[in-house]
Amino acid sequence: MMLSLAILALLSVAAPWVCRYAGPARGVVLAAFPLGIGAWFASKIPAVADGGAIVETFAWLPELGLEMTFRLDGLGLLFALLVTLIGAGVLLYAGSYMQGHHQIGRFFSYLIGFMTSMLGLVLADNLVLLFIFWELTSITSYLLIGFNHDKKESRSGALQALMVTGLGGLAMLAGLVVLAFAAGDLAGVPGGVWNMSELPEGLSGHAHYPWIVALVLAGCLTKSAQFPFHFWLPSAMAAPSPVSAYLHSSTMVKAGVYLIARLHPNLATGTAEGLWEGLLIGFGATTMFVGAYLATRQTLYKRLLAYSTVSSLGVMVMLIGMGHPDAAAAYILAHAMFKGCLFLVAGIVDHEAGEKDVAEIGKLFQAMPATGLAALLAGISMAGVPLAPLAGFVAKEKMIKAGLDAGPLTALLTALIIAAGSFTVFIAIMTGFKPFFGKAQREPKKHAHEAPWPMLAAPVILAVLGIVYALVPALFATPVVTAAGEAIKGGPFEAALRLDAFYYYEISLALGLSLLATLIGVGIYFGRGLWVKATSPFAKLDGVVGPAKMYDYAMLGLTKGSWAQTRVLQNGSLQVYIKMTLVAILGMFAWAIWRTGSLPSVGTNFERTGLLEWVLIISIAVSAIVATRLGSRLATVAVLGVIGYAVAVVFALYGGPDAAMTQFAVETLIVVIFVLVVYHLPRFAVYSGLAVRVMDLLLAATFGGVMACLVLAAGSQELFAPISAYFNEAAMPETPDGQSAYGRNLVNIILVDFRSVDTLGELVVLGIAAIGVYTLMKLRDDHEGVPVAEREGDEDQSEEGDA
Amino acid sequence: MNSLVLQTASRFLLPLLLLLSVVILLRGHNTPGGGFVGGLLAASAFALQAMAFDVESARRMLRVNLLAMVGLGLTLALVSGFFSLAAGGPLLKGLWFEVPVLGFDDPIKIGTPVLFDIGVYLTVLGVVLTMIFTLQEVVE
Repeated sequence: MMLSLAILALLSVAAPWVCRYAGPARGVVLAAFPLGIGAWFASKIPAVADGGAIVETFAWLPELGLEMTFRLDGLGLLFALLVTLIGAGVLLYAGSYMQGHHQIGRFFSYLIGFMTSMLGLVLADNLVLLFIFWELTSITSYLLIGFNHDKKESRSGALQALMVTGLGGLAMLAGLVVLAFAAGDLAGVPGGVWNMSELPEGLSGHAHYPWIVALVLAGCLTKSAQFPFHFWLPSAMAAPSPVSAYLHSSTMVKAGVYLIARLHPNLATGTAEGLWEGLLIGFGATTMFVGAYLATRQTLYKRLLAYSTVSSLGVMVMLIGMGHPDAAAAYILAHAMFKGCLFLVAGIVDHEAGEKDVAEIGKLFQAMPATGLAALLAGISMAGVPLAPLAGFVAKEKMIKAGLDAGPLTALLTALIIAAGSFTVFIAIMTGFKPFFGKAQREPKKHAHEAPWPMLAAPVILAVLGIVYALVPALFATPVVTAAGEAIKGGPFEAALRLDAFYYYEISLALGLSLLATLIGVGIYFGRGLWVKATSPFAKLDGVVGPAKMYDYAMLGLTKGSWAQTRVLQNGSLQVYIKMTLVAILGMFAWAIWRTGSLPSVGTNFERTGLLEWVLIISIAVSAIVATRLGSRLATVAVLGVIGYAVAVVFALYGGPDAAMTQFAVETLIVVIFVLVVYHLPRFAVYSGLAVRVMDLLLAATFGGVMACLVLAAGSQELFAPISAYFNEAAMPETPDGQSAYGRNLVNIILVDFRSVDTLGELVVLGIAAIGVYTLMKLRDDHEGVPVAEREGDEDQSEEGDA
Repeated sequence: MNSLVLQTASRFLLPLLLLLSVVILLRGHNTPGGGFVGGLLAASAFALQAMAFDVESARRMLRVNLLAMVGLGLTLALVSGFFSLAAGGPLLKGLWFEVPVLGFDDPIKIGTPVLFDIGVYLTVLGVVLTMIFTLQEVVE
C-alpha cells in the first residue's frame, strides 16, 4: 500500500518529463502505473472479502505516538479500485484530450498528485493522516479546477471550491480531535485513540458526541457537496472534462461519503431518530431532491451532470443514514461507472464537436457511434430504466426498497426518491440520448467526428462494465459491494446483488414506482419548455437568497471587513506601527505583573564593569541620543551603525565571537541597505506637535527602562537548568558512544546539527523574504509613484530575521 | 558612484573577502565562523563591487542568478538531511566520514553538516544580494 502511494507520488513529480519525452504516448505510459496498482488492489479482493484487512504501519513521530497506519478493508478497497482504475482510464483519456496544451506536464502532475492524495485518503487509518490527505485532495482539486487560470470562471470556481471544502475541513479537523480524545476517554487511553480501526464502542453515549457529529459532518457534507453547500460543485465544472469526470464525479466528491461510511459503525446510534442518522437522512434526502431538481433547469452538458452528481451524493449519504450499506455501496459503484462515463462523453462532445449545450445539439450518433452507444448505455443505467440489465437499475431498486422500508418516514422519503428519480430520468435522457439521437436545433460548431481510441477506451469500458455489473454480479460487483457493506455496517453481511433486477418477474410496488418515475421523466423531457417556464419563479428566488448568493455576500463581507481592519491596523504609518508594538508589549508586562502580583527582582551585579565597558556604554548612549537629533537620514543611519558596532564589541568582550562576527557583518549590510532605501527619501521633517513628541519620549523612555530591567532580571535568575553542558558533551569528538557531532564550535553545531531543522526553516523564510523584496521592487516598475517608505518595513523585518 | 579609490580597493578586496568568507565557512565547525557569517561576508564583498562599479558588473562577476542560488542553497541544505534518513536515522542528523587524503597524516573528516553549511552560505548570499541588488537597481 505504502509502496503504491510512493510510486504515484514519484510519478506525479516525474509527469512533466514523461509528457515531454513520451509525446502522444504519454497517456498510455502514465495510465500503466495506476492500472498496475489497481490490478494489485483487485487481487486483494479475496483477502478482505470476509471482513479481513491488510494493515501497514510506519513509525512517523514515535515521540508523539504518531504512526502512519494504512489499512485496506472492504470500504477502502472499493474506493481504491475506483481511484486507480478510473484514474487509469482518465489518464489515458486526458493524454489525448489535453493534446497540445502548453502546460500539459503540469496538468498530469496535478492529476496524479490528486490520485495519490485520494488513494492515501481512503487507505489511511490514522485520523491525522486522513486529514492531511483530505486537505491534499482539496488543494489538488483547487489547482485542477483553476487549471485554465486565464479564465475568470476557472479562478472563481477554484476559489469557491477551496473555500467551502477548506472551511468544512477545518471544522472536521476539530471534530476529529474531539473524536480521538472522546474515544480515548472511553478506551482509557489519555492520549486519545487516533486509529479509526481502534475506535471503541459507545461513542454515541459520550458527552461530546453532538460536537463530534456536527463538526465531522461539517467537513463531510461540504466535501460531498450536500445542500446547502452544493453550489461549489457546478462552479467546479470550469475544470477540464477529465478532471470533472475523475474528481467531481467518481472520486473526490465521494470523500465525504467515504468518511461518513467509515465512521458510521462508530457514530451511528442504531435508530433512525438518532442525531447521526437523522442528520444524514435529512441532508441526504434534501440534497437528492434539490440537486436533481436544479439539474432539470440546466442545458449545459457538464452542469446538468454536476447537479445530478449533487443529487447522487445525496442519495449515498441518505442510504448510509437509513442503514442500507449494501444499497449505498452498490450505488457508489454504479454511479462511478455511469456518471464517469457521461462526463467523459461530455468532454468528447466538447472536444470533437465543439458543443457544450445539450439543448442545441442532436443527431451526433452518425458522426460518433461508439461515443453515442456508450452514452446511451450509461444514460439508461443512470435512469435506472426498469428491467434494463444495467448497474443503475440494480442500485435504484435497492434505493426504492430502502425508501419503502423507512418506518415513519416511508411516505416522505419514497415521494422524494420517486421525484428525484423522475428528474434523474429526465437528466439521463438529456445527457445520454438527446445529443446523439434527439432533434438538432442546428449544425454542430465543429465538423463532428469520432474521438481517438484513448478517449473512447474509458467511457466504453465503463459503459460495458455497467452491463457486466448487472448480468454477472459475482464477477466483481458482489464481492466488492459485500466487502464494502461489511465495513460500513461494522459486522458480517451478505450483499444481495443477485439482481432480482434482471430476473424480476414478479410485479412489486418498487418496480411499479420505478416505472412511474421513468414515465414522469419521459414526460418532463417532452414538455421541457413548459417545465422550465413553470419553475422559473423558484429560480428567481434562488438567485436572490440561494446558497450561492449567500456565499457571495459572505465573501464580499470578508473582503470589506479585511479592508476595514487593514485601514485601521495597517495604515502605512511606521510611527503608528512602532507605537502599537511597544504599547502591546508594555501591556503584556503590566498584565503579567498584575497576574503574579510581584515585580521580578532585578540583579545589581555591576562588578565587572571596567573602563572599556564604560566607554562602550557611553558611546552607545551618546550615539542613541545623537541619532534622534540629526536632520539627515544618511547621518542617522551612520550613527545607528556605530551603535551596532558597539554592541558587536560587547559580544566579543563577553565570549560571543560568533555573535560578534555576525553582528559586524549584519550591521554593515544593514547600513548598505538603509542607504539604498534612504536615497529616495526627503530630509526629516517634523509633522508632530509638541504634545505628541512628549508622549513619544515618555513611551520610548518607559519601554527602554522596562527592557533594561527585564534584561537585568533575566540575568540574575536561572529559571531552567542550562543545557550547555549537554551540548558540550554531545558535540565533542571524545564522546564515547559514537553519537558525537565532531566539533568544538557549539554555536555553529547548534545551527547545523542539533537544531538544523530550525535553521532549515529559517532559510526558507529568508528565501521567501528575498522573493518578496524582489517582487515588490519589480512590481514597482508597473506602478511608478508608490512611495518607497511603504515598503521599508519589509526589508527591515527580514534583516532582523537574519540577525 | 564613480570613485577611483573605491574601485581600486574593490579590485583587491573582492577576491580576498571571498577567500576569507570560504575560510570562515569551512572553519566554522571548530572555531568561530560558519555558513551564516561566511555568506554575509561574501555578500558584502559583492555589495562592495556593486557600489564601486554597478550592479550589472557585480551580477556578471557572480555569473549565477540570485534566486537560483537561493534555491540551490535550500536544496543542498535539505538534501544533506536525506543522507541520515537513508541511513535509518532521523532527518538532518549529522553523518561523518573519515577520508584519507594524500599528503596529510590524519584523514580529513567530511560530514553532512558541511553540506548543510554550504547550503546556508549560498542561501544567505543569495538572499542578501537579492535585496541589495534589487534596491540598488532602483537607485541606478
